Amino acid sequence: MAETKKISYGHELTKGILKENPVLRLVLGTCPTLATSTSVVNGVGMGIAATIVLVCSNIVISALRKVIPSKARIPAYIVVIASFVTMVQMLVKAFVPALDKSLGVFLPLIVVNCIILGRAEAFAGKNPVLASACDGLGMGIGFTAALFCMGTVREILGAGTFLSGIDTMIGSFVDLKGFTGFDFSEGLANIGLAPMTLFILPAGGFFVFGMLMALVNRLAEKKGKPKAALEGCKGCPHAAACAMCELPGEQTPEDPEKKEAATV
Amino acid sequence: MKFYLALLIMGILTQNFVLSKFLGICPFLGVSKKLKTAVGMSAAVIFVMLLATAVTFPLNSLLVKYDLEYLQTIVFILVIAALVQIVEIVLKKYVKSLYNALGIYLPLITTNCAVLGVVILNIDNIAGYAAQNYGFGHAMVNSFAAGAGFMLAMVLFAGVRSRIETADVPKGLQGLPITLVAASIVSLSFLGFAGLVEGLGLI
Repeated sequence: MAETKKISYGHELTKGILKENPVLRLVLGTCPTLATSTSVVNGVGMGIAATIVLVCSNIVISALRKVIPSKARIPAYIVVIASFVTMVQMLVKAFVPALDKSLGVFLPLIVVNCIILGRAEAFAGKNPVLASACDGLGMGIGFTAALFCMGTVREILGAGTFLSGIDTMIGSFVDLKGFTGFDFSEGLANIGLAPMTLFILPAGGFFVFGMLMALVNRLAEKKGKPKAALEGCKGCPHAAACAMCELPGEQTPEDPEKKEAATV
Repeated sequence: MKFYLALLIMGILTQNFVLSKFLGICPFLGVSKKLKTAVGMSAAVIFVMLLATAVTFPLNSLLVKYDLEYLQTIVFILVIAALVQIVEIVLKKYVKSLYNALGIYLPLITTNCAVLGVVILNIDNIAGYAAQNYGFGHAMVNSFAAGAGFMLAMVLFAGVRSRIETADVPKGLQGLPITLVAASIVSLSFLGFAGLVEGLGLI
């Protein structure tokens, strides 16, 4: 399979950031994207937590890819992912309790983030360890970048601040004020915009996500790439296990990678 | 009794799982194209949510008893996954009609964040609603309300989407972007229910 192909680590690392951005191109992990992007600090915190889980689980799953029987692979992946999520959860609770509070239920819900299971299924399960680590890191950075964009738009428009709360997140590690000369206790407040609260409400989340995706689609179109779409089952990690795709009317052209996965 | 009603109204209207808590967005966007699949999927979600809560809520007190709360995430997701598998097998063998209606959606639900979400939120509610003595009955009502809210959002949105299909949408917005903007408007309409529970004096 893919192992016989020559692997370019640089490509695996960078593809997740723009070309195959998990949120804006593959449309995975929409729930945490919408829920945690109310502010930049929140979104980036979520992104980093998910990246750690993604890299670790990709490494372990890839290392175990010849041991895990293909029929029991989804539960096996879930166990690996859940263990890392539990570890990250404990670390966040211990070192960044403010983030734990603001992410709330979405921190344990990294377990069911489709990006992580999706990458395990589509990449780590059939590629060597180092390539999988690069893939995980790239996808994680892409996820974090998308959350940063969403968070920036929503926080500036919705709350009138930027980077608010950063001192409670990393203040315990770095002396921000002494380091940069800025007082970050209010973030970069007073941007001078009257906040439109709508944008930090759920409705604003959907709206900003839609607009961002329209923008990315436009850019992709200019380059002659297909636009992002939730093609029923195309992006779904369970395509092989579930019968949804065979529903009349829900049928979509399957991509060759998934077909390959289904027949393995 | 009042608190049960409050939980129902919160789950379905004021704190709708999909439109204000952002849980279960993937099926919301993916399966809401047709009314029939939207209803089938939501019925399966309600069923699994109730079942998962019925199993994990008592299990949690066991974890608390032995001081193993940190294992919550891993235990819950495994229990849900195993449960869904068992239900699928049992339905396939004994209740063929129900399997035909819900079966195809079951594997999809295992890693649906709405199910794990409701289970974890129920545990969080024990501390959050300590004054109301949040117990098993409350957890079950809350899970049902969450599932019913999911169904309401799916059904409403399936209707909205069928209108979009025939609408003349600007080229850049075609496909997923306009769907998200429509979701934003549906979510906006649910903001109108804000304060309903407090206004009725239920909490």
